[in-house]
Amino acid sequence: MDKGKAVMGTGRRWAIEFSDQSTVPSSRDILDPPGFSRASQEQDDSANSRQKKDAEANWKLQKAWEVAQSPFKNLMMMGFMMWMAGNTVHLFSIGITFSALWQPISALQSVGKIFEPFKDNKVELLMPKLVFLALNLGGLALGVWKLNTLGLLPTHASDWVSSLPPPQEVEHSGGGFVFH
Amino acid sequence: MAIRVFLLLPVFLSSAIVSFSLYEDQAGLADWHQRYIGKVKHAVFHTQKTGRKRVIVSTEENVVASLDLRHGEIFWRHVLGTKDAIDGVGIALGKYVITLSSEGSTLRAWNLPDGQMVWETALHSAHHSKSLLSVPINLKVDKDYPITVFGGGYLHAVSALDGEVLWEKDFTAEGFEVQRVLQPLGSTVIYVLGFVNLSEAVVYQIDSKSGEVLAQKSMAFPGGFSGEISSVSSDKVVVLDSTKSILVTIGFLDGDISFQKTPISDLVEDSGNAEILSPLLSNMLAVKVNKRTVFVKVGGEGKLEVVDSLSDETAMSDSLAVADDQEAFASVHHEGSKIHLMVKLVNELDNVLLRETIEMDQHRGRVHKVFMNNYIRTDRSNGFRALIVMEDHSLLLLQQGAIVWSREEGLASVTDVTTAELPVEKDGVSVAKVEHTLFEWLKGHVLKLKGSLLLASPEDVVAIQELRVKSSGKNKLTRDHNGFRKLILALTRGGKLFALHTGDGRIVWSMLLKSQACERPNGISLYQWQVPHHHAMDKNPSVLVVGRCGSDSSAPGVLSFVDVYTGKEITSSDIGHSVVQVLPLPFTDSTEQRLHLIADTVGHVHLYPKTSEALSIFQREFQNIYWYTVEADDGIIRGHVMKSSCSGETADEYCFTTRELWTVVFPSESEKIISTLTRKSNEVVHTQAKVNTDQDLLYKYVSKNLLFVATVSPKGAGEIGSVTPEESSLVVYLIDTITGRILHRLSHQGCQGPVHAVFSENWVVYHYFNLRAHKYEVTVVEIYDQSRAENKNVWKLILGKHNLTAPITSYSRPEVFTKSQSYFFAQSVKTIAVTSTAKGITSKQLLIGTIGDQILALDKRFVDPRRTLNPSQAEKEEGIIPLTDSLPIIPQSYVTHSHRVEGLRGIVTAPSKLESTTHVFAYGVDLFYTRLAPSKTYDSLTDDFSYALLLITIVVLVAAIYITWALSEKKELSEKWR
Repeated sequence: MDKGKAVMGTGRRWAIEFSDQSTVPSSRDILDPPGFSRASQEQDDSANSRQKKDAEANWKLQKAWEVAQSPFKNLMMMGFMMWMAGNTVHLFSIGITFSALWQPISALQSVGKIFEPFKDNKVELLMPKLVFLALNLGGLALGVWKLNTLGLLPTHASDWVSSLPPPQEVEHSGGGFVFH
Repeated sequence: MAIRVFLLLPVFLSSAIVSFSLYEDQAGLADWHQRYIGKVKHAVFHTQKTGRKRVIVSTEENVVASLDLRHGEIFWRHVLGTKDAIDGVGIALGKYVITLSSEGSTLRAWNLPDGQMVWETALHSAHHSKSLLSVPINLKVDKDYPITVFGGGYLHAVSALDGEVLWEKDFTAEGFEVQRVLQPLGSTVIYVLGFVNLSEAVVYQIDSKSGEVLAQKSMAFPGGFSGEISSVSSDKVVVLDSTKSILVTIGFLDGDISFQKTPISDLVEDSGNAEILSPLLSNMLAVKVNKRTVFVKVGGEGKLEVVDSLSDETAMSDSLAVADDQEAFASVHHEGSKIHLMVKLVNELDNVLLRETIEMDQHRGRVHKVFMNNYIRTDRSNGFRALIVMEDHSLLLLQQGAIVWSREEGLASVTDVTTAELPVEKDGVSVAKVEHTLFEWLKGHVLKLKGSLLLASPEDVVAIQELRVKSSGKNKLTRDHNGFRKLILALTRGGKLFALHTGDGRIVWSMLLKSQACERPNGISLYQWQVPHHHAMDKNPSVLVVGRCGSDSSAPGVLSFVDVYTGKEITSSDIGHSVVQVLPLPFTDSTEQRLHLIADTVGHVHLYPKTSEALSIFQREFQNIYWYTVEADDGIIRGHVMKSSCSGETADEYCFTTRELWTVVFPSESEKIISTLTRKSNEVVHTQAKVNTDQDLLYKYVSKNLLFVATVSPKGAGEIGSVTPEESSLVVYLIDTITGRILHRLSHQGCQGPVHAVFSENWVVYHYFNLRAHKYEVTVVEIYDQSRAENKNVWKLILGKHNLTAPITSYSRPEVFTKSQSYFFAQSVKTIAVTSTAKGITSKQLLIGTIGDQILALDKRFVDPRRTLNPSQAEKEEGIIPLTDSLPIIPQSYVTHSHRVEGLRGIVTAPSKLESTTHVFAYGVDLFYTRLAPSKTYDSLTDDFSYALLLITIVVLVAAIYITWALSEKKELSEKWR
């Protein structure tokens, strides 16, 4: 349904809702057929669906936690790769470092989208999201730390001074041996 | 981050390739080499029927050379040392070239066809004297007439065959000066004529076989002689008396001396002082009186009579036997833009054998010397050819009314060099030839491709080589994108300015310095006067040539402003004061003319250009302009500051007086200044920081007001090895030229000069001799600023809260410290230079002119005080080389590869627009030019990069992508239908 709305929002001009969810008989034009008791069925259904929904929410929460913890594995993997790459600037170490920086950043950008399937009124997604963010930030920090160990971060005074031209001199002098 | 990568890049690239080197087929692509000989002093023709016709010349650059008379090419040439000046040259036995050099103490014989040395004899020499060489003309081949040589107070007879000294005779008696050694043709008696204290004539008769004195006669002359002498025949000489107004004919026939006095006033009316000219004419002499050349015939009894007179601007040759008993001589004089060559008989001056008129380039000046040679034409008449030396030192051969060939020998004595830009290529102005067609372009690239894939045949290789030389329009007369095409402006000792093209070294234009005040000013130095690049773009760039009328330092100066594009003189001015120093100031006016101060002998400075705008700029900076003088003889360095405007009737508002501010006096008993050096004023420094391995930061002390001074103990100022190590010491100083403060002093005990140094950024590298180790040494001194070392807080730097770019003054007394290190160096050195690039980012190379007249490129990394025996891993990564006791000489890093820049005197570097590349121009007797990339060309593709290969690769890849895409589409479709 959500999906439909989303699609409707973007592309479709109109849509017909075929299923009728209204439960109030008075709001309907057509009466229920005789012998049909809506209340009992609804009661039954509601008990059933509540149970179902609880299970689904639990499952979603569980999945959300799983997703939230997934960068940890990535982190370990990255750490290992970085250790393998060494501390000198060459193609491999630069590639590793930049992928280590890029992955967390892209993950952080799409954090909403990743937790979208688990969105539910009953599911508390804040904690998984926070954990996910924290782990990705950890990954990012690892990448930055690696960048620094490669010496590619301007954290030293030398990085800022190197671009400064030598100062001008106030006085000027010239001379030397006399022309012969 | 980007900055660091940028900075690291050259370091990595340079560490990857240790030395500069090039492949065999790359030689001559970017470099050129020109061979010269210098201003000709003597010339001897060798035009016998057999063999090639040639002329043997000796020059003021101490070169003896054999030139092809047909084309002027050098058959062979030998450059003797700077102290080995050639006194005479002759041909003996028809196969040996004999040269006398080193003030008559060295006699050498060279094989005439190929120039190999046959023998060399060191002659006994007692004191300084005239040196005279007489090589007998061999009429009989079987008879070995000895060569008679006078030099160093001794007369020697030397066998021409093997150089053996047959006998020697001592003439070292007190006050006795030998003037002439004469040997009548076919006689066995040698006459030695000399003066005792210039008042007594003495004639010795010496047996040429044994060296025994046969007779000795002397006769006093009360008036005294002036020393100028001309021998008119084998038994007569003419000499001027001490008043220079009486000609004295000295006859010494059969050993009897006779004097005959003829006052010049008898010959020429209202005559002043006379001067005997050098040409040797038989029974005649040429005298310069009253700015005219007078020919005086010497009669049988020593009677003198005037036979002809010519204008002053006449050059003459020695006389030459043309037929039986007839001698002829050549004379050349100017008339407008033409020269007239005349050959006359000595006996009958009215009988002109040859009269030719030749158009002559005004920028060659006057004729200085004429050498004449005759040949027998097919109709058995006499033909003449004349070799003339012009005022600009050029050498020309005239024959049959035309210039057969010419050599620009002025370029053998370059004194100052600067570079200039070529004009920008404009639309519609096509200087270069038509660009070749697409087909030719493709053909060329296919050839190159073949070459790079090792498929080329030998013919193809030759074709590729030709293409490379011709390609890239390197000889165009317009500016190029990379700044590879430039003009090299060279000022020569003859006072001529040459513009050479960097592409092939051809002379684009040349200009002889002129002046109203004097006939021919000497060129002293060359400065960039106007280089428009922001303003005044419609103006052509110009250079300032500073010259002087006369050789004395108090002689009035001459300024000449020359347009670089056209080679025409814009203006020239006689400035009316002497020139002892020229100070280019770091200010330009609105038309980008650079302000210059010219100091004179009385301690005044004069501002140029003389405009009110320049004056206002100067007065704004009045307090901040200083100048210093180095008085090497007294061992004093003085600093001066501007005081006020000049007062006095001759003064103008552009003249300023100066006041002495400080002096540095070196103790004369222990120190003598032998060398001083400053940084080049146009050097660009990229950064003030030097980063060590552990990210530690040092601040370079980059100042243009630093003077490097080397002194040596007076005893050690002589030749290497003339003193013991205990007696000699070398001291170097770094002196601030504003305050006179000595920033650094370093003493080398047991060391000796000569010191050759190079100063760049914050370091000095100098070369000297270590007497204890018996080796040459090179020391590097780097100077750092301690007072800025606190600027290490990153946050302050990020926020810009620092004073690192604020202008600094020497009066703040910055604290400095130095680092230095010494190494042995296996070669002695003539000059050292350093590469310079547009932004100063590229790492530097030292260019060492070695004693073998080659240029060695040595990375600055080899002379780095941070070198240690065992550098850490991080230091190694940074490119620090493990310390060794001597600097390596890698044969591949000679930038001159197979050439020798004979008589190397200086190396000049200039940046190109491409940051990686620098122009290198070396001058001496020869000229050499090349382009260097000290860290390889990291910012451009190499010339031999195969664009065709790249193009083909791209095309093949695109085609492959398309084909595979089509195939996969097809397969997918068929799978869907299945």
